[in-house]
Amino acid sequence: MAQSKHEFVERSVGWLIVLTLLTVSVGGLVEIVPLFFQKTTTTPVDRTGKPLNVKPYEPLRLVGRDIYVREGCYNCHSQMIRPFRAETERYGHYSVAGEFIYDRPFQWGSKRTGPDLHRVGGRYSDEWHRVHLINPRDVVPESNMPAFPWLNRPVKADDIEDKMRTLRTLGHPYSDDEIAGARAALDGKSEMDAIIAYLQGLGTALSNFK
Amino acid sequence: MADFVSGFWNMYVMGLVALSLLFCLFILMSNNKRETGPVELHGHVWDENLAEYNNPLPRWWLYLFWITLVFAAVYLVMYPGFGNSKGVLGWSAVGQYETEMRAAEARYAPIFAKFQGMDVAAVAADPEAQGAGKRLFVTYCAQCHGADARGAKGFPNLSDTAWNWGGEPDTIKTTITGGRMGMMPPFGPALGGEGVKDVANYVRSLSGLAHDSLRAQRGAELFQQNCAACHGPEAKGTAAMGAPNLTDGDWLYGSSEATITETVSNGRTNRMPGFGEFLGDAKVHLLASYVYGLSNTKPAQ
Repeated sequence: MAQSKHEFVERSVGWLIVLTLLTVSVGGLVEIVPLFFQKTTTTPVDRTGKPLNVKPYEPLRLVGRDIYVREGCYNCHSQMIRPFRAETERYGHYSVAGEFIYDRPFQWGSKRTGPDLHRVGGRYSDEWHRVHLINPRDVVPESNMPAFPWLNRPVKADDIEDKMRTLRTLGHPYSDDEIAGARAALDGKSEMDAIIAYLQGLGTALSNFK
Repeated sequence: MADFVSGFWNMYVMGLVALSLLFCLFILMSNNKRETGPVELHGHVWDENLAEYNNPLPRWWLYLFWITLVFAAVYLVMYPGFGNSKGVLGWSAVGQYETEMRAAEARYAPIFAKFQGMDVAAVAADPEAQGAGKRLFVTYCAQCHGADARGAKGFPNLSDTAWNWGGEPDTIKTTITGGRMGMMPPFGPALGGEGVKDVANYVRSLSGLAHDSLRAQRGAELFQQNCAACHGPEAKGTAAMGAPNLTDGDWLYGSSEATITETVSNGRTNRMPGFGEFLGDAKVHLLASYVYGLSNTKPAQ
């Protein structure tokens, strides 16, 4: 009996596909889908439900974020402080899901060649970032981070409205005025300004205090 | 622990988890029966005459599956995972973190308290405190001031005796706690290219560097009109404003004529962020002592 069922599943390709899909989807259905319906993962709140001051990225920071992705910063820097003392002592309060609701996709990363950057906002001066991005070894002689000297060129601003409109359809509450003013906000800014603006805003929604 | 938007999701997770476990159980049970008699062939034939026996799964291997089922059941009873259940152990990631923090607090608080009761100079002379201070420094300060505290261009050297904001223990503490905002406005527009060069030559003359004395003479006058308000009439600086002493041979951005010209023309702005809120008083005290010790105590022999 058992063998004939086995044979049936193995020999009818349609059933094989359907049953295989059903089996492999169980993990996602149990572990991923419910997260879409959980307040702490979909709204700007900390783990106790207290509201956090998380805002959608302003145009300059949005552009900076794209540069962060373009340059592959996530290959060496995570943005995810785990709830261990060794991490919170160094970086600050552990990360909570509600802080990332306007990150598409989020930049959690999983590998740290460099330090975690989730709470780097406000840790260093703008000037430090400028020097450090142009040549990291000017401030940290031991650093093995690559230099990014080409960031001093002007930002590409011609698609910013489209970008913001697309994000609005996904639920980022940009107003029409904000979108209309986006290009002006990028006027005369360099990629360096943009990525520094992005970095300086990272992780500031939750107090830096552990 | 989950905070779902409706109770449905609790049931949904529990239902799927239970169903999965029951399905595994069913599969295991249906493989448990051993038929006696000759083992049948699998039915597939390859390469004309190659066939495969349809042997039952080895017992020991099946037992491993039983163990995983038991493990899953025990786990779901003890730990969160079955819908909204918190598990009988009451474990949570945050709870574990807070336990870890409490244990560390109990262990380290007395050490911090001991040093906090001593004044900065005394802590600076204590080798144990200096060890701890150095580790804190390397973690929080080295990115700008360097692992050896000797700074970099635009980031002050803390191991020498020159201080922009003052090197008294309390001033160092204020600096670490609240940060500092150093701002020199640009003088290029006011002085013009030639004026800036004159001032640069005067500034170089103050610490005995090579300069054009005619320019320096003209620069001295411009200095009194434009720079003395912050750097003082004798160019000895004003610690309260973070205006550096220009006569001590210590340079934050560099002493070449080109660099000074750049500084005077464009101004300089840099900020040290405040660490008081992040680190707390106890660590600030230790760090201040370490930094104080760098320029005020002879290294132990």
